[in-house]
Amino acid sequence: MNAREVWITGAGLVSSLGEGLDAHWRAAVAGDAPKIDADSFAPVTVHPMPAMEWSRQIPKKVDQNQMENWQRIGTYAAGLALDDAGLKGDAERLATTQMVVAAGGGERNVEVDDAISTGLRKTDDKGRFLNERLMNDLKPTLFLAQLSNLLAGNIAIVHGVVGASRTFMGEEQAGVDAVRIAHARIAAGQGDVFIVGGSYASQRPDMHLMYEFKGHNRKGPWVPVFERDGASAGFDLGAMGAFMVLEEAGTAKARGRKPYAKLTTVVSDRTRRDPGDAAASLRHLWETIAPKLKSGRFTVLSGSSGARGVTREERDALAALAPSAPARAIGNLIGHGMEAQFPAAVLLAAMVLEHGGLFPPAKNSPTETAFDGGIDQVVVTGLGHWRGEGLALVERV
Amino acid sequence: MAANLDRQGRPLIVVTGMGVVTSLGQGKDDNWTAMMQGRSGIHRITRFATEGLRTTIAGTVDTVPFEPQCAPALSEKLASIAAGEAVAQSGVGRAGDFPGPLFIAVPPVEMEWPQRLAIAEALKDKDPVTTRDFVARVGQGGFESFHELFLFGGVADRIADKFGTKGSPISMSTACSSGATAIQMGVEAIRRGETDAALCIGTDGSVQAEALIRFSLLSALSTQNESPEQASKPFSKNRDGFVMGEGAAALVLESYESAKARGATILGFMLGAGDRGDGFHRTRSSPDGKPILFAMKDAIADAGLTPDDIDYVNAHGTSTPENDKMESFGCMAVMGERMKEVPISSNKSMIGHTLTAAGAVEAVTSMMTLAHQRIPPTINYRTPDPAIPLDVVPNEARDAKVRYVLSNSFGFGGQNTCLVMGLEPAA
Repeated sequence: MNAREVWITGAGLVSSLGEGLDAHWRAAVAGDAPKIDADSFAPVTVHPMPAMEWSRQIPKKVDQNQMENWQRIGTYAAGLALDDAGLKGDAERLATTQMVVAAGGGERNVEVDDAISTGLRKTDDKGRFLNERLMNDLKPTLFLAQLSNLLAGNIAIVHGVVGASRTFMGEEQAGVDAVRIAHARIAAGQGDVFIVGGSYASQRPDMHLMYEFKGHNRKGPWVPVFERDGASAGFDLGAMGAFMVLEEAGTAKARGRKPYAKLTTVVSDRTRRDPGDAAASLRHLWETIAPKLKSGRFTVLSGSSGARGVTREERDALAALAPSAPARAIGNLIGHGMEAQFPAAVLLAAMVLEHGGLFPPAKNSPTETAFDGGIDQVVVTGLGHWRGEGLALVERV
Repeated sequence: MAANLDRQGRPLIVVTGMGVVTSLGQGKDDNWTAMMQGRSGIHRITRFATEGLRTTIAGTVDTVPFEPQCAPALSEKLASIAAGEAVAQSGVGRAGDFPGPLFIAVPPVEMEWPQRLAIAEALKDKDPVTTRDFVARVGQGGFESFHELFLFGGVADRIADKFGTKGSPISMSTACSSGATAIQMGVEAIRRGETDAALCIGTDGSVQAEALIRFSLLSALSTQNESPEQASKPFSKNRDGFVMGEGAAALVLESYESAKARGATILGFMLGAGDRGDGFHRTRSSPDGKPILFAMKDAIADAGLTPDDIDYVNAHGTSTPENDKMESFGCMAVMGERMKEVPISSNKSMIGHTLTAAGAVEAVTSMMTLAHQRIPPTINYRTPDPAIPLDVVPNEARDAKVRYVLSNSFGFGGQNTCLVMGLEPAA
């Protein structure tokens, strides 16, 4: 079977830099210092969400109230993408539009947790105490704000996307595989129009705790992603919602839509992450796109987290694989959005291709070199902080 | 039509290995025997204190030791047991070297109370304690293992490592249809020609106090605690909610062509899948039932069949007032008057609702129904619901001629996934 061509026909991106690809381009070109908050959760630094007018994409207050922030961010970004693709309100097409969502979940009520933790330690009858407090203090609707697949559920309710949805869990790799599976299904004729993406709420102490178990939150003065190593290694979690409409080229043409770009290839793998594994995996994945690359006309957008070990492996592997291609770590701009990181990187690739050129390197990052030439292709990398390696090739149509 | 392709020209897919563990026991043979006897695996919860809870019963799996006390640890163990049985029966690949990808439905995980308590106790000098104190404390070390334990992709990664599956393992969550979705993902991957084999698993070991309380606060659970084994009563008039269950099931899917080529024993055909979203409400189905009935129709059409070909429905049948009514309505809409004669039964009457695992557990039961030509019962059916005029195979297993089974899975968030299985491909 001949693989069908897959286009990106809608983009929905929100982050600390604002809303939409244009806002991200302006911020990237301006080269301002990253919009980080190092105080509110010190010693943890985050890229926070800007003030949002949720009603612009989630009109009903009752819907907003049934969600926690990660769901609001994602539902909002999905709405932007559907608007952008001209699908919003098109009930007929949305009835067959498929969803693949990369989600974490479990957004907890930290105040309730803290009160229970404080009391639980002091009580002798811990089981009874826990039951009583949870029965009384948990909001019944909290569960629905926590369940991973309820981001997709909310997108279905708010935007009417009811073809079917699949939710993938598993940190960064969930985002890689969401894009990979949607691409593969379209290419093979298992669907024509997909909305794909993820979201992340960074201002969550429960998530900071999750990554602090292994010391993954970056500490101390800000260092660009590619230069992080040893004591400076780690990530600044970034709030973001990143959704895209992927569409079979003929379907998009038939309804008169122009694409941002073509999603040519998406591949992923898993290694045990012994030293050198991540680099070897990246080299192996690179082989699938190497014959398609046009020397001097492509850039690498890295979803690298800044995590210890893997970041250096990726940087060094890229230097060997594509010594003349300029690279940019998107984490310098928007932080690290876990499940949403790879979809965000693909969207930023679409942004670069739309402008046909690259934004300037991060300050004090010798790995990122200036580039004034034209760009026709973007290689997107997504190496998880713990597991999973992914790669995509996004091209100008 | 080429012998190895379906009517739409796609590779035919067979099941060559199955494994299951539930509150009724370990292994598909023990489970099948118990179901044929109409036994219930539901009992009083002993894993944690139940004082003050509205529901004190569940179908927990108590025969599998696990440490530390948390859902991912048990979910991983259950998945490993089921996958071990399935891969051994299939004989595909070599030990620790499964020749295809892993699709695994796992419950969403997060840190649980035993772990929170451990950190709180390490903060001796602090009172009160906050999550931010926790962050400061764990940064000093001593809790490193919690990171991998509670990552959303942790269980899948460890199962992928143990069984040597290929590529990136996918952790699924489509709520209570997750197990069926994992199988559907395997079907699609083989049809795309990406692989000849896939390991599809649904697992759920999440009966812990907070998980139970969350469902309880949504008024989703049965509170008929006095006689645990009688609490799950799908399709009965006095049904009052589901009973949480635990378990796992694994299926080895292969292309018919490659299974034949290696001389594998073929247990049955995985013929079709259908899934539809529902944008009506977070926990309730569209009143017109359309998403449910379209999911069924899609699955039957995907299998190259018509509703008249379905001989038995393995129901979602949760025992909640809403689900059983809507499922019955949906089946009637798809099958018409004939539905009154088509047997439909719910495994959940015996094992409870195994949540993330349910779709996979029930796919295994459906395959065994085909193999044995015998239908498992809906137990605890004493008070028929006049609104559900169906043959629910009440209380006793029954011999029957079954060529094609439809297995339904419906979940919170508008997730509806149906599978069609058969002894042979559509003619």
